[in-house]
This record gives sequence, structure tokens and C-alpha cells, in this order.
Amino acid sequence: MTTHTRTGITWDYAPAPESADHIRIQDRYGLFLDGEFKDPRDGRYVPTINPATEEPVAEVAHGGPDDVTAAVASARAAQAKWAALEDLERAKYLFRIARLIQERSRELAVVETLDGGKPLRESRDVDIPLAAAHFFHYAGWADKLRYGVNAREVRPLGVVGQIVPWNFPLLMAAWKLAPALACGNVAILKPAETTPLTALLLAEICQEAELPPGVVTILPGDGSTGASLVRGVGGNRVDKIAFTGSTAVGRDIQAALAGTDTRLTLELGGKSANIVFEDAALDQAVEGIVNGIFYNQGHVCCAGSRLLIQESVRDEVIAKLWQRMGRLRVGDPMDKNTDVGAINSAEQLSRIEALVAAGEDEGATRRSIDCELPERGYWFAPTLFTDASPAHRIAVEEIFGPVVSVLTFRTQAEAIEKANNSRYGLAAGIWTDKGAKAFEVASALKAGVVWQNTYNHFDPTAAFGGYKESGFGREGGPAGLRPYLNVVR
Amino acid sequence: MIRRLPHVDRVGIEERAAQLGKRSIKAAAKQQGIRLAVSMVDLTTLEGADTPGKVRHLCAKAVCPAPTMPEIPSVAAVCVYSSLVATAKAALHGTGVKTASVATGFPAGQVSLAAKLKDTEDAVAAGADEIDMVISREAFLAGDDARVQQEIVAVKERAGDAHLKVILETVELGSYDHVRHASMLAMEAGADFIKTSTGKAAAGATPGVCLVMLEAIRDYAERTGRIVGFKAAGGVSTSKAALHRLVLVKETLGEEWLTPDRIRIGASSVLNDLLMQYAKTETGRYGRSEDYSRE
Repeated sequence: MTTHTRTGITWDYAPAPESADHIRIQDRYGLFLDGEFKDPRDGRYVPTINPATEEPVAEVAHGGPDDVTAAVASARAAQAKWAALEDLERAKYLFRIARLIQERSRELAVVETLDGGKPLRESRDVDIPLAAAHFFHYAGWADKLRYGVNAREVRPLGVVGQIVPWNFPLLMAAWKLAPALACGNVAILKPAETTPLTALLLAEICQEAELPPGVVTILPGDGSTGASLVRGVGGNRVDKIAFTGSTAVGRDIQAALAGTDTRLTLELGGKSANIVFEDAALDQAVEGIVNGIFYNQGHVCCAGSRLLIQESVRDEVIAKLWQRMGRLRVGDPMDKNTDVGAINSAEQLSRIEALVAAGEDEGATRRSIDCELPERGYWFAPTLFTDASPAHRIAVEEIFGPVVSVLTFRTQAEAIEKANNSRYGLAAGIWTDKGAKAFEVASALKAGVVWQNTYNHFDPTAAFGGYKESGFGREGGPAGLRPYLNVVR
Repeated sequence: MIRRLPHVDRVGIEERAAQLGKRSIKAAAKQQGIRLAVSMVDLTTLEGADTPGKVRHLCAKAVCPAPTMPEIPSVAAVCVYSSLVATAKAALHGTGVKTASVATGFPAGQVSLAAKLKDTEDAVAAGADEIDMVISREAFLAGDDARVQQEIVAVKERAGDAHLKVILETVELGSYDHVRHASMLAMEAGADFIKTSTGKAAAGATPGVCLVMLEAIRDYAERTGRIVGFKAAGGVSTSKAALHRLVLVKETLGEEWLTPDRIRIGASSVLNDLLMQYAKTETGRYGRSEDYSRE
């Protein structure tokens, strides 16, 4: 706080916490099965923690193998009737869900932030509105499926198992459920272990929307629940697995499904290049760098974690970036003015710390902003690594935290070569004022999503997905229909 | 001189400016922000119908905006046409509130350089502490950067000790690239403040324009070490808009810039809204507009 020289007025934003008083979080949530909340077969409940305070938010059922069996049976029983509904009837349910998400958006935003640690500003302005937008978008496709995939006849796959990550809990559930249901499939969704609550509120919304029992099953649990869903119990498999998460787990899933009839799409990790050319609007590029890597504490699979700056503007961009980083407001995610919230879990925090330590050992220069971090909870100050080399682990491995590594390039050709020199290929950013250059570079990049003069911009009409070890299959837009359809002819 | 335009991305700058408009300013922060904003106001009247009587009323308001709320500070300055500077100067004598005068053929600036300089000399001779000049958009849009700068240099010389605010009239410049370029031209020619608008054109101090100019000021200060102030004028008519501009300053230039020596808000109608919002933070309810004096 600085004292105002003439009138003695000081100005800092007062704390502006969003109230959680209007939120009804139950002490305990069961599995959502057959349209009702039920106790798990083995009676096991586990607490879910607010990562900003380490306080438990609620207890949540843990789905075991018997629950998976029951879920698949319930889904199978419901599928034929759901698929046989008039297309427009299915659409009505999806529209209803979308509207209910909008009606309960404030509650969903608060719960998302309490359960996952992301700033309320993001859950309020991005996660929840986009989740509703995905349902609206795919509701519109339900009666136009064959036009979306350019076919004369299409059929649903049947029962799909969907495993979503903890970084965008409700939004990823929407990305998965909306196209699956629109195509006439029924779905078993496993939310992430650390962030199950908004998926369970979505289960309440399915009840309110009077969705037929068995069409959506929500099966909270950990990796073992997901494994049962993938491998099937007693030979009882689902027809498709859609997984978003780490490359290591994705690899296991693909191995487990080899030689089976279960289809698979994977949306995995990334080490996406954010390329700043010397002719870019540098202040807006800096804003894009910040949005690319500090958005959602860097817990974003397409985070712009590999910053490639043209050598001629390197010093200027880094100076501007460092100054801008100093203005990030890190802390209580429930405060409406917070820019960077809590790290999602203790486990993720130690993963980030280990990789950052490796970066220092390898000789890169680390700078973390000087900010007061709360005593309880999991926190990591936004961090910049300069003098990183393409061989360093911090320039190669996914950190999944608020840590950006800076590399430089001299020419356009070198930028493309360095950007593609990765085992991942999820996303990339290009910052330039020259249109022709942007198109040239974009078509040369092996990345599923390329943003020009923006970053981390999502829209339900745009396809999202990876190259190489970032996975396969697309979500969003008409491309997102195909992984949920059998094209008959 | 070949013009080299900087790059400002329209979508990016407007997104950032809009995002900063979502800062939640409540409770004590709102009260302090409002007091700060009041202390930065250049209370302005620029009408053909201005008379000494009206200007004296305005000066009384400037010195003591709200007699029932003594914690509300005086505004920074009263801004009038040069013909009324002497009246304002006399009314503000000994109060610490400055007298500012528009000059140089305000608002269009379509008069000869000689007339612009005479206008400036008259205002200074009548006692103006601050001169608000307009750049020649005619020269700027024709690509004659040198003439834009020469005029500023000449006016600055005639202004002497008076602080020189240079109005860009951004809405007439046509692009953010031009706004940024004109900001740099004005600062390099010696402007003490750069100012968005005359208040007489179609649009004024939009959040995007303010942010572009603040970034230019920041970059210029980093390069040269010289501090140039910023005045948002035109279209800032509510407390919410005023606080939004202060957030832009705080998060672009830093808190040390939040002083009337460096930041001004040029307006006539915003003051009563600031007072009304301030009273609401005290009483919990909105007053009537009749509760506040109109000049």
C-alpha cells in the first residue's frame, strides 16, 4: 500500500469474497445410479478437500467394482429406449440441462471453486457458462447428426464410459456428456477423485430435468474405479471409453483396450509452444502469455508452458512479462479479485515442486513472484524460468502448474522446428501482426489447436484434441460427434 | 521522417481493459477509491453560454464538493475557456485548486499556429496553472508527425511554467496504433500530461483507449525516466467508470501513480455521482439527485 501524497488516501482492493451462504452442499453424496443417489455397495465414503484451506467440503461415495457392474447394467437397460427417442426429444433434455446449469450457475461456480481451488472469477466467467454452452450446442445437433459427419445413416455406439480430470470438473463433464447424449448414447461418467462435487450437482440437474434413469450415471472414485470401468467387470464392458487426463494413464488405457471392441478417444497432456514473433503486439502477447500459463494455476492440458520468443525481442518481452507477473493477485480463490488460486492437491503441488527443483539443478534461472501465500492450503507462486534449453526437463515435461519456461528462436523456420520438437502436440499460440505468417506457421505446426493473437480461448463450436502423445479424437463442434457415432453408410 | 507504427492488438487490449472492469471494489476500497477519484477531477465547463457567474458557482463546488461530507477532498482543478481563466483564478485563490484552461483553438484546433500560440499566451497571462491543448489531427492524419510535434513544442514554450496537457482526441485518430503513436509523439515533444479527448467528439476515454495510453506512458517512463501524467476525459460519467479507470492505472502503472499530480479525470457530471455513491456507502441507500448541488 502506498500513501497518496496529496490527500493521504491509500487504495487497495478490500477483500471481496463471494458468499457461500446460499450454497446447499450436503454432508454426503452417494453414487448417481438409476436416476437416484445411492450408497456404494461396500459403503465406502471419502472426504473431498478444499485445497485452499485443507478443510473437508463433503463426503463422497467411492465407486467399487460392484458399483461399476451395476452402473453398466443400468446403462444397458436404459440405452435402447434413449436411442429410440425422437431426436428432438433428446434435444429437449439437453436444452433443459443447459438452462438448469445457467439457473444454478452461481451455486455451481462457488462449489467448483471450493472443491478445486480455481479462482471464482474463472469458474464464474468461464467454466460454468461454457459448460452450459456445450449442452446448448450439442442439443442443436441432436436432430442433425448425419449432417455433422457427412453420412446417410448413423447409429449411437451404446454405453460410453467417460473419465474426466480435476482441472475443469464440470466443463469436462459437459464436453463429454453433451455430445454422447445428443448422439443417442448413454453415459457413465467418472469425475476426478479430488473434484467430484459439481458432477454430483449435475446429477441433481439431471434429476430436475427428468432425464430417464440410467441415461447418465455418475460414479465418483479414484483410479481403481476408472480402471474397473475401462477393463470391465466380469467381461461386461462398455462400448467406448473417452478419457481426459495424463499421458501415462492414457497409455495404460490404450494397452488395456487393445484387442477389444471398446472404442477409445484420449485427450492427454501437452507442452504447448506459445510463439512470440518480433512483429507482435507485445503488450497483448504478454497478456496472452499470462493467460496461457497462469490461467487456472497452469492446470490446463493446453497451457502455453513452452514460451518461444524471437531473440530480438527476448529482453523486452521478459521485462514486460516479469512486471505483469508482479501484478497477479494470488490467494483466496473465493475472492472475486483473485487471479491465481490454489494448487488442486498436495500430490500435484509436490509434482510441481519436484520439476521446478529439477529445472534449478539443470541450470535454468528461476524467478518466482514475491507474494504472500496463505499458511494453509496448497500454493505455488507464479514462476518464470529463463535460460532454459531444449534439453532441460522443464522445457520437455508437462509441469501442469504456474511455471513457464522460456526458449528463444532466431527465424520463422527455427520457431516451427522448435515448436514441433516435442512428444506432445496439443496446442500452440502464434503472436504476430502479419496474417500470412500466421497462416504459414499454423499449418506447419503439429498441434491440434493453434491460436493466433490469443490463448486458452474455448468455444463449443471449435474442435479440440491432440497430435502425437497428446491423444486422438476431437471434442467440440461437429468433429466432436464422430467419436460417439457409428457411421452405417 | 518515416512513420513507424507500433502494434496494438484491438481484441487483446479491449479484452484486458474489460477484464480489469470486473475488479470488485467494495466497502472501504470503494470509499477510498471515490475520494481518490474526486481529488483527481478536473471540474469542467466548456460551453458557449459560460459566464463568470457559472464559473464562480463551479469553483465553489470544486473547493468543497460536499459540505456535509468533510472527508471528501477538493477536486484537482477547474477547467474553463481562456476568457474565463481570470474569474476562476480569483475564485480559487488560496484554495490549492488549480485553474486549467483549454487553448490552441479548442476543440478542433483548425486555426493557425499563430492563433494557437496567442490563445495559449492569453490563458497564461490570465493566470492559468495548466493548459489543455489539442494536437493538430489535420497534421497527424495527413502523416505529418513533425508538424504535430513542432506545434506541441511551440505551445509548451509559450505555456512556460504552466503544466501542459496534450489532448489527442483519440476517437478521431481511427485506431489504437494511432493512439499509441500519437501518445509517444506528444510525450517526446514535452507533454506533461497526455489526455484522451476534448469531450466534444463522439466518444472519449473508453477503457481500451485509456489502457493503450497508460501502456505508452509506462514504456516511455521506463525508457526515459520522465514521468508523464494521464487525463481521461469524455464519457467518464459514473463512479463505476471512474473506478474502472483507476483500476487500469493501478494495474498498469502501479499504486504510486494514484495521485492527482499524475492522474486526472476530466468531467462535469461524474462528481455528483461520486458524491451520491459515497453517501450510499455511508447510509446504505441512494439519495435523490436533488441532494447534490447543480451548477
